[in-house]
Amino acid sequence: MIPSPFEYVRVSTVDEAVAALAEHGEDAKILAGGHSLLPIMKLRLAVPSVLIDISGVPELSYVRVEGDEVAIGATTRHHELEKSEVAQAEVPLLPHVASRVGDPQVRHKGTLGGTVAHCDPASDLPTALLALGATVVVQGPSGRRSIPITEFFLGFFETAMEEGELVVELRVPRTGSAGWAYEKFTRRENDWPIVAAAAVHLPDGSTGVALANMGGVVLRASAVEAALAEGKSIEEAAELATEGTSPSSDMHADAEYRSHLARLLTRRALKVAAGETEASTAESTAA
Amino acid sequence: MQVSMTVNGQQRTDEVEPRTLLAHHLRDNLGLTATNIGCDSTSCGACTVIVDGLTVKSCTVLALQAEGSQVTTLEGLSTDGELHPVQAAFRSEHGLQCGFCTSGMVMAAVGVLADNPTPTDREVREGLEGNLCRCTGYHNIVRAVLKAAESGPAAGQVPGAQQEVSA
Repeated sequence: MIPSPFEYVRVSTVDEAVAALAEHGEDAKILAGGHSLLPIMKLRLAVPSVLIDISGVPELSYVRVEGDEVAIGATTRHHELEKSEVAQAEVPLLPHVASRVGDPQVRHKGTLGGTVAHCDPASDLPTALLALGATVVVQGPSGRRSIPITEFFLGFFETAMEEGELVVELRVPRTGSAGWAYEKFTRRENDWPIVAAAAVHLPDGSTGVALANMGGVVLRASAVEAALAEGKSIEEAAELATEGTSPSSDMHADAEYRSHLARLLTRRALKVAAGETEASTAESTAA
Repeated sequence: MQVSMTVNGQQRTDEVEPRTLLAHHLRDNLGLTATNIGCDSTSCGACTVIVDGLTVKSCTVLALQAEGSQVTTLEGLSTDGELHPVQAAFRSEHGLQCGFCTSGMVMAAVGVLADNPTPTDREVREGLEGNLCRCTGYHNIVRAVLKAAESGPAAGQVPGAQQEVSA
């Protein structure tokens, strides 16, 4: 499979990327690792006329502490996040989830900003970022702006980014040694989650909970979070995991089974985050 | 567009269409046909090559994305007719059946051993999660990688490349 013809533009700064996006308009797409974009281009589901390659922009690849937050550059690759000592110490949920994306070859190319901009409802890292209450920093012709991640994922492959903008940074709170968990159910280790649940204890005392593949976008399990805030038990709160979800039925699972998984994985994730049980491993995940 | 990269230690500059995939560039333009294209959709790993010390699936990388890079294919693993330790172990342990996945499997195994020179059976299996053997001959493949690990750090290195392979 070969993509439709396109023009290729390599940029070395964010300003050049923004200028190239402005010049080429809505037919242009940003290329970073290419592990979401190139597959859909090979299937001709996406037919951009211009690709703007930002993978060589040095100012976009970093993981560093800034005040109460960890700032991560958009072209930071999954394996870089996985190995980052800063991320491991300050926000260990993220490097763990990075290690659960695809396989080593995919993690060597895929980028954090790319998976956020792509906005697939079954994505691992956006689910973790949602549980963390991350901030998405985008840059466009009128400069930089910050978008709370709860307002970023609008629909299937649809984000709050305006035309001409690209993701430049993700910011997450420093959770340090607070409890966290990512419970992912797949039939094969390197697959997308059939359903996954992320849970993390946040510095403000609340617990963030998010679900993958329970609707058209990754979803915050708000009812679960609210129940926990009211002092409900983990068992009671996890039963509310399907509130506000709209799971699909496909060859992997029907909606009813996905709903069962959402409640089960949410309960497990909350218990692991609370230190009550061990995290599931690939062998023990059979639900 | 013009693209330049070092392939198996040789500087190569060629004219490519932007949409040319690295796998096609290696096979069709440079004649390096050890790199197989299996699923063509980032799943099977048959097209795995090493770019700047990291294993990648070359069916999902544009040739232009490898501009200025050090690329190693299976053809570049052996030196002066001597098999690379991973190749030798695949041979001695019979780590293949039909052979289609083998070139990608060997390249991925070099990446696994670069990251973890003394892996357990479990760690080898996890490290090779991106490579499928449709003959289901995994037992001998894992045995071969464990055998290669016995030959030390050379099993996780590619000849000619200045940098070590990392995960």
